[in-house]
Amino acid sequence: MEKLLEILQEMHEDIDFSTHVSLIDDKVIDSFDIITLIAEIDDRIGVTIPPEELIPKNFNSFSAMVNLINKLENE
Amino acid sequence: MINVLDYLENTIKTMSNPDKPAFIGEKSSLSFNELYMRSLSCGSYIASKELQKQPIVVFMQKTPAIIAAFLGVVYSGNYYVPIDSEITTLRIRMILEEVKSPLIICDEVTSKLLDKWSSERDLDWDYDYSTVLFSDAGSFLIDYNKLTAIRKSTIDVDPLYVVFTSGSTGTPKGVIATHRSVIDYIENLSEVLALDSDTVFGNQSPLYLDACLKEVFPTLKFGATTYLIPPSLFMFPVKLIEYINEHKINTICWVASALSMVAGLGAFSVATPKSLKTIAFGSEIFPVRHFNLWRDVLPDTRFIHLYGPTEATGMSCFYEVSNSYDYSGSIPIGSAFPNTEIILLDDNNNLPPDGKPGEICIRGAGLSLGYFGDNEKTNSAFVQNPLSIFPDIIYRTGDMGYYGSIDLEQGDSNDVQRVLFYKGRRDHQIKHMGYRIELAEIELMAASFDGVGLACAVFDNENSRIILYYMSDSVDKSDVKAFLKANLPRYMLPQTIIHCDNMPKTAGGKIDRVKLLELGSRK
Repeated sequence: MEKLLEILQEMHEDIDFSTHVSLIDDKVIDSFDIITLIAEIDDRIGVTIPPEELIPKNFNSFSAMVNLINKLENE
Repeated sequence: MINVLDYLENTIKTMSNPDKPAFIGEKSSLSFNELYMRSLSCGSYIASKELQKQPIVVFMQKTPAIIAAFLGVVYSGNYYVPIDSEITTLRIRMILEEVKSPLIICDEVTSKLLDKWSSERDLDWDYDYSTVLFSDAGSFLIDYNKLTAIRKSTIDVDPLYVVFTSGSTGTPKGVIATHRSVIDYIENLSEVLALDSDTVFGNQSPLYLDACLKEVFPTLKFGATTYLIPPSLFMFPVKLIEYINEHKINTICWVASALSMVAGLGAFSVATPKSLKTIAFGSEIFPVRHFNLWRDVLPDTRFIHLYGPTEATGMSCFYEVSNSYDYSGSIPIGSAFPNTEIILLDDNNNLPPDGKPGEICIRGAGLSLGYFGDNEKTNSAFVQNPLSIFPDIIYRTGDMGYYGSIDLEQGDSNDVQRVLFYKGRRDHQIKHMGYRIELAEIELMAASFDGVGLACAVFDNENSRIILYYMSDSVDKSDVKAFLKANLPRYMLPQTIIHCDNMPKTAGGKIDRVKLLELGSRK
């Protein structure tokens, strides 16, 4: 999931994504990011995130996003 | 009607249930009665400080209480200046130093921020001010006599609020609206949107911008209800739709990018906001592709395109979108609100023929008083109507428009509408996620960072992102980014920052923005 980390780091280089577990609650990722994030995941990882998976708990931490992407890749 | 408080008072007098909720937030709500009593209390507190016709800063979180604070300021015969921590310390400081508000109304959270900033000497004030918690001001003993006397001395062209928008000189500029301009706007907007007491608004816009007038004052006028939608829902479209349906929200006035987000992320395959009867959108261009997705799922809903600058108080033009016409290019901004006139002026101050562009100029009672503390700027934008021999002020928006026609072909007879279309800016102002931004403000901020030479910001409309180019021998991209993050509001931060050795120049020697945009779009 290096690519995901790359995408996130490009958006917020000052955040340590390995430890942050409340990205949404702390407003690190906000409405300005979400469209870019979804588009980049689609472009660079090849995973389309369906609207029903767009919920806070799937984006609150790096590992939650990894789990979501893995799940969608296996479907 | 000469005072916006008449809206609230008339409603309280005539409504059968004053305990009906007026504003509902995430964790709290205010009924009309509570709103009224708290506004009176807050007004009495401010009046007890013997302040009159002064700017009073309201620095609170987005909760229903902030509306009572606004109205409290109005009851006290002063005008409110809303600020929000979202706009960063530096800008808050610029605004406070500009308006020199003698009193700041805050809440538990924002008062801690103010304390923290002043202890960190982030804000070294050169004027005296006091602060009060809204929880104290809003429960102060009501002094009806004093408030009545103040009311009698207020006229409708007195200032009501000052809101700050991006300024091309690097400092935010404050636009002063009056009771008259707001009443004129609210009356016209209510007619256009057909609002009434059954209206349930879902508010999206921040409360420190004039965009929130659309919900705040009609709610008071009609005894309607406004839900302040939690901002985080604007990232999660299905949750947002569920929220709308759960609360039976029937009217929304959102920036187009919020509507785009819902459609673009595919939410309609899972849920439909079926309670929506009226959708007003504006503040930026709504891609027709996204609009069509909305119209497909809500064929019976009214869609109304609104257009207008802060300087003319809220919105000045509207266009009700047909539910069948194919708007392949762009959705028009239509025609002027009632009691408002739009004049297009070409470079020679003449009316251009249809199809040819001119600057959109606005006249009417909706015009604001201009810019706070900047008569020069006011006088250059609020000018004598060149087509009139009488004293007659128009506001030159800097927006370009042209008249075109739309042939709706309803039935046998051709129904051709002559409508106004928006055609871009004269200058480098942009709209990003509904926020109005002067690219120069971003450039000046970047260039103020030690070691940065030239900086130039361009807007990539296609991908909705701000790209900043900068020249420097020593400064790393991440340093520029961190500096901007600390000093510019979130919505002004460039999505892409590019270091360059040289700026491309036009033949005339100016920075070639078109070239920069081409370069940036390829990255």
